[in-house]
Amino acid sequence: MSKLYSGAEIVFKCMEDQNVDHIFGYPGGAVLPIYDELQNFKSIKHVLVRHEQGAGHAAEGYARSSGKPGIILVTSGPGATNVVTALTDAYMDSIPLVCISGQVPTHLIGTDAFQECDTTGITRPCTKHNWLVKDINDLAETIHKAFEVATTGRPGPVLVDIPKDIQFQKTKYNRPKKEKKLNGKSHNHFNQNSIDDFIELMSKSSKPIFYTGGGVINSGPKASELLKELVYLTGFPITSTLQGLGSFPGDDNQFLGMLGMHGTYEANNAMHDCDLMINIGARFDDRITGKIDEFSPNSKKVHIDIDPSSINKNVKVDLAIVGDVKTVLSSTLKSLKQKKSKFLKSNKQKTSKWWEKIQKWRSVRSLDYIGSEETIKPQYAIERLYELTKDKDSYITTEVGQHQMWAAQHYKFNKPNRWMTSGGLGTMGYGLPAAVGVQVAHPKKLVIDIAGEASVLMTIQEMSTAVQYNLPIKIFILNNQYMGMVRQWQELLHDKNYSESYTAALPDFVKLAEAYNCVGIRAKTPEELDDKIIEMLNTDRPVIFDCMVDKVENCFPMIPSGKPHNQMILGPKDQESKKITGKGKSLV
Amino acid sequence: MPNSKSAYSFSNKKEKFDTHIIVVWVDNEAGVLARVVGLFSGRGYNIESLAVAQVDEKLKISRITIVTTGTPQVVNQIKLQLRKLVPVHKVADFKREDKAVIFKEMALFKIVGPNNKLEGALKACKKYNPVILDKTKQSNVIQITALRREIDKMANDLKKFGLVSVSRTGAVAMTRGADIFK
Repeated sequence: MSKLYSGAEIVFKCMEDQNVDHIFGYPGGAVLPIYDELQNFKSIKHVLVRHEQGAGHAAEGYARSSGKPGIILVTSGPGATNVVTALTDAYMDSIPLVCISGQVPTHLIGTDAFQECDTTGITRPCTKHNWLVKDINDLAETIHKAFEVATTGRPGPVLVDIPKDIQFQKTKYNRPKKEKKLNGKSHNHFNQNSIDDFIELMSKSSKPIFYTGGGVINSGPKASELLKELVYLTGFPITSTLQGLGSFPGDDNQFLGMLGMHGTYEANNAMHDCDLMINIGARFDDRITGKIDEFSPNSKKVHIDIDPSSINKNVKVDLAIVGDVKTVLSSTLKSLKQKKSKFLKSNKQKTSKWWEKIQKWRSVRSLDYIGSEETIKPQYAIERLYELTKDKDSYITTEVGQHQMWAAQHYKFNKPNRWMTSGGLGTMGYGLPAAVGVQVAHPKKLVIDIAGEASVLMTIQEMSTAVQYNLPIKIFILNNQYMGMVRQWQELLHDKNYSESYTAALPDFVKLAEAYNCVGIRAKTPEELDDKIIEMLNTDRPVIFDCMVDKVENCFPMIPSGKPHNQMILGPKDQESKKITGKGKSLV
Repeated sequence: MPNSKSAYSFSNKKEKFDTHIIVVWVDNEAGVLARVVGLFSGRGYNIESLAVAQVDEKLKISRITIVTTGTPQVVNQIKLQLRKLVPVHKVADFKREDKAVIFKEMALFKIVGPNNKLEGALKACKKYNPVILDKTKQSNVIQITALRREIDKMANDLKKFGLVSVSRTGAVAMTRGADIFK
């Protein structure tokens, strides 16, 4: 007779078979049997966080930077509810997570038992799927299926809720059978005809643009390689969403920078005026499209996406190719090389006028800002951080707000999986725990959380995690004492009524760092900035870097309220030269 | 919205709504109805009526029939979003006007009154194959199957005959002819 394993053991047996090396979690009553088994599975390391939300974001950072699913282990009730924000965040940004939660014993479910909550009910709208395991014989199959659902198709979070009595019960364990197709939900639905149509559209276009997103990253590093090949082969310009940064080299001449609400002038105008838009793994999010009725009015639109429900959701497209970016791009390249081997040559002339136009938009230099010798401009701080770290293959996470946009604008990414930011949900407090997860996945690499002082305080407790596991993450706080993006909107859109956006009692971040037993560094002037950054980089311990920046700097350029791409507002220089009368007249 | 102070855009487009009948085949497992219904409420789709029951005992398949209204784009999203749910096997979508599909709802009417009223009620229902399920001296329970608006009309018409209680199902649908939806 084969050996019997307890539910708790089966949880780890499954993880072993799924090649899990790290889990992020927090113990509690309803998962104690699982924690009891932890020591018997040496290949699985547990990272103890300080709050379950931190476990979730750390798992996200781990997943985004490694391409593997992030694993979370939490207890019932508050353990599960605390992780909801991270699950929702991962759902919005298509990050594969597997969350194991404890539950009260089956006979107590529904009795309002201590630390009971309807975990599957609460997490149903923020997971791809979830399961409450009520029979020990279903446990192994369920966990393996959870991994499959999380990592196939459009990735996303899943949750398996395991009552405490199931963790104690015993049954046999069978290794998972080899890849079974999930409910007929295969992911590539395109045929050669659509690839041919796609190539036809590309060869006809004189004003094309690639608009690429997180789907390229999710498809794996090979997809980024293929994208590069296609972009070089066609000679077309390319812009990227916030999530897609890094899939194409940020310092390449064909790259127009990020698009969208705080995207570059050239990227947004090119999106507006193009005659062919090639969306690869992006989803026409409202921060990207601006006013939808006036979104790129004269273009044919191609949409490559693995998720059929992303097609025609916000924007109607002319050609939809449903499939994995890597597969689609590799078919496209194959056909393109066969049929139009001299594509670049034949198209160069056709797109030369388009490139001239783009150069004109580029010459506006929309990311410029007015420098200062007294105060550190936040953009300058990011520029210097980039210059001093660009040779180090660094990993950047962010919180949410102005600093996030400045980081996206001024830090250039040349490789995928180097940029971890909360885009869809916009979760303040994401960056610090995400950095923890990234550093766990890449112990030797430089990991920096570009943060705002308001965001970072939401999950600052995870510094304690970083210290415990000797994770030398760098928390680079652009400290302007305001919730900067809120302040900016209040200035521009709410008649400068700065309602509750100033934090009057901030901690001393240097002393806070010391309290956590890590290193605190403060920079106050542009003059000392470089030295302080170098000091931070030379510190092989967690650092909180308090960068005191201009308090009222705004993030430009910007597509204001319900405007289309070609009606951006540029920075203060431009506003002066255009002499906009009546404050914010153009904004509403 | 002329003076919007939001970075979100506001839509004031009025688009035409069509009525569709969506049929979903799902694994009959715990929470599956909540997933389907939650998808509708979470994304702001309408549900006019809902009928659900297991149709295959062996495979444990339930068939959910949902009557919904929406723009063509919304109806398309409903189908695509439903297909993404793990326990969903297939999704069919019929327009209410579709002649190739049968739609039926069932209703139970309780009539209380003197004999002539009870007879009057039964007569009024004649078109819809009335079946008397329960009969006493002062009351009848009548079952009819018909379309939604026909039942609406009957529920109204029967008031004068002493209608005291109405119970009705959501619509169920099936294609005509030998073909089945694959």
